[in-house]
Amino acid sequence: MTAQMMNRRSLLGLGASLGISVSFLGSQAFAASEGDLAKKKLVVVICRGGMDGLSVSPPVGDRDYAGLRGSIALQPEHVLKLDETFGLHPELKTVHALATSGQARIAPAIASPDRARSHFEAQDVLETGASGVYGAETGWLNRTLEALAPVRKVEGLSVGTTAPLILRGKIQAASWSPGKGVDETARLPTLLQDLYRNDPMLGPAFARGLETETMAQQAMTAMAATPAMNVAAASTPSMAPPASTSATMANDRQYRQGSEAARKLGSTLGGFMIQAGGPQIAAISLDGFDTHAGQLGQIATRLSYMDAVLDGLHTGLGAEWKNTVVIAVTEFGRTARVNGTGGTDHGTASTGLILGGALKPGGIVGDWPGLAQSALFENRDTAPTLDMRGLFKGVLADHIGVDRAALESKVFPDSAAAKPVTGLV
Amino acid sequence: MGNVATSRKGERRLSLPSKDMMAAIAVTRFGLGARPGEIETAKADPQGFLTAQIRREGADLPQDDGETSADRFQQMREYQEQKKVERQRKDGQPPVAAAATPAAKEARRDLRDKVNDDFLARARLGANTPADFRERWALFWANHFTVSSTKQITSVLIGPFEREAIRPYVFGGFENLLVASSTHPAMLTYLDQAQSIGPNSRAVGRRGGKGLNENLAREILELHTVGVDAGYRQADVTEFARALTGFSVGRDTEDRVGQFVFRENAHEPGARTILGRHYGQGDIKQGLAVLKDLAADPHTARHVCGKIARHFVSDAPPKSLTERLERRWMDSGGDLAAVAKALVESPEAWDPTPAKFKTPYEYTLSTWRLIGAEPSAYERLAPILTGLGQKPFSAPSPKGWAEDAQTWASPDGLVKRMQWAQGFAAAVADRTDPNALALSALGPRLTPPVAKAVSRAETRREAFALLVMSPEFQRR
Repeated sequence: MTAQMMNRRSLLGLGASLGISVSFLGSQAFAASEGDLAKKKLVVVICRGGMDGLSVSPPVGDRDYAGLRGSIALQPEHVLKLDETFGLHPELKTVHALATSGQARIAPAIASPDRARSHFEAQDVLETGASGVYGAETGWLNRTLEALAPVRKVEGLSVGTTAPLILRGKIQAASWSPGKGVDETARLPTLLQDLYRNDPMLGPAFARGLETETMAQQAMTAMAATPAMNVAAASTPSMAPPASTSATMANDRQYRQGSEAARKLGSTLGGFMIQAGGPQIAAISLDGFDTHAGQLGQIATRLSYMDAVLDGLHTGLGAEWKNTVVIAVTEFGRTARVNGTGGTDHGTASTGLILGGALKPGGIVGDWPGLAQSALFENRDTAPTLDMRGLFKGVLADHIGVDRAALESKVFPDSAAAKPVTGLV
Repeated sequence: MGNVATSRKGERRLSLPSKDMMAAIAVTRFGLGARPGEIETAKADPQGFLTAQIRREGADLPQDDGETSADRFQQMREYQEQKKVERQRKDGQPPVAAAATPAAKEARRDLRDKVNDDFLARARLGANTPADFRERWALFWANHFTVSSTKQITSVLIGPFEREAIRPYVFGGFENLLVASSTHPAMLTYLDQAQSIGPNSRAVGRRGGKGLNENLAREILELHTVGVDAGYRQADVTEFARALTGFSVGRDTEDRVGQFVFRENAHEPGARTILGRHYGQGDIKQGLAVLKDLAADPHTARHVCGKIARHFVSDAPPKSLTERLERRWMDSGGDLAAVAKALVESPEAWDPTPAKFKTPYEYTLSTWRLIGAEPSAYERLAPILTGLGQKPFSAPSPKGWAEDAQTWASPDGLVKRMQWAQGFAAAVADRTDPNALALSALGPRLTPPVAKAVSRAETRREAFALLVMSPEFQRR
């Protein structure tokens, strides 16, 4: 990010916060026992496909919004109001309820350092935490686990069958998705572990998979015992993640099933995280945000799924919600103007959501550049005012207690220009 | 993981393994896994076994219902029309709450069944074919030009797309394949090209609020041809999108319903500049000229040959291999039969250490091939593929399915493969001789620890599950 893109207010804010945050952090780190930090939880939700920030948190109070958006503009009376400028999409009911109680905030002009508008490049940069494409081969959440390893053992988990780049690296993180469960009486798992003993890839991955499956059974049993949160057994087919309930032949029933599956997924993940020795750090992906055409209906469905995941997570974490921060980000936003087909094309800045019981109440995170033509990035997209690595660094330092020096050298190398966002927790 | 491949120096003179080992590699690495006796068949001339599968007329066609995309397009339109009428009848109710009538429900079920049948027919071809290198080559291109079930209209066209736009062209010139894909209704609807209209075209006046959509233009550049690091900019994407305006699909009211049409009146007038090349004012010829240049661009050769090497040989293929493929591509003007032949003739592709981890589709098909059978129903196949993260016809993005071990050898993926292997073994293993199967599946690739584990198993089922879960069977 160039200095030009940061306006006066953000520079002043950074200047003011630098001195204060260092001493504040120091004392906090000193005061916090490892026991406290070991309870802190972080969930990163990756919204794939380029989520349209102007739909997530429509700036209905921005005088240029309605004109740019044309047929896909949301009406002020339909959005869930946040402040004089912003509302939330009508499907984000959970997020709005949390925001009302100071437990959710938006970063309305956040972006990765990548500007290529390619999904695949931009997702790489988001997940590796590098300053450019191909800058790193491991994910920044995995490097976080690595940085924490000398201090305490922290578990990482991704939801979904395939391991996302953000959690790939030297530390074998767990992955889990709903399935049949392991037959405890069969000899096969043990025999296979023998067979994989000298296999550097299959050995650790399989061992980790078995551990996680055992934990899943425990989490599910614990939740089934709680009447208020009767999460069905993992064998329910509708527990497939919402990512796979694609729009094919979508109908009312499928839509309800999708929301229900998303909610269960969230609550199961929450159930995992409150287990003794459960993961403190988790990643979950939601896809289907690439809304080039007919955007209104598509994004409503996707956002309702996201809201259901967050609702489930909130419920599943129970009392541990107070120790949790959730960040939802996307690889890039979309064009400020509606395109020729009732959708939007690849853009730059989007909205990030920051939620959790550990969050301090406050207004928007980062600055709002506005949608005046002169303010648009390349006369096209919402201009970025906040490098998402700054948000990540701030949360990792202040919430999870990752060492500052390790953050700058290991987790987010070459990110000096992206100052950590402080004061969030 | 590319352990061997990356440690090797490109200049080193490579020697080929024994004929027996090459036969096992031919069938497992280049093909879809050994059917009973297949490795034996390949022994006489393993490379010839593969090159004999390359043929000008393209890949085999799955035995499906044979409906064209035009047929399917019309059926989908009829169904949508039916739904619309019902919706109007239930005036006042939000569309999502208006439950479909029996007729519409049945129509929807029919269409869904057709999509499932398309997929099953393709899987059966993969499970049965003796020319499994040819099938793999076709699958590679279907994934390169991914079309995914994100829209109803697209989902019913995926089967026809592979049949009409991919399979006939996979051993011809790359340009023809590119044009076939870029003008097929499945691609045009999947990447929103069908609705894209030049902002200064005549069609704009009639259809207010309509205009450009750059989705297909961007993905052709980034994914199908030159690749993201070829140095193009946003302006190139937009210019290309303008050149492609008019590429569309015939509507119900037109002659060519459900087929490719060029809409003159939607085409953006004027000359275009794309990647520094100038294209004069023109109709359909303008877009086709851009496609021709993109197909011939050396960046395309590099981008696509790298993908071929990563698909067949290693997640980190030796440079000497990708360069060899690239050279053959450029020398032959993008002749895909020549490139396929170059792949088979490359010594780097015959390293005895298997560097690739099978994708869920490759993996499950290879278990059916192992016992000389085919999936009997869509329901036998779809749940495991969905569970393993590869839901039928539902690649997560236009980039297609990932093909690297990091993606598929995940903790959860391995546990799910094991659960499935247990179920599959319970259904089929009692009729098999696991020791013989191990040999017929892997030939000389069968290692002593696996042979021992299989022979020491307590039951046939356990032995079978151990075999298909062995590192050797899951890798190729």
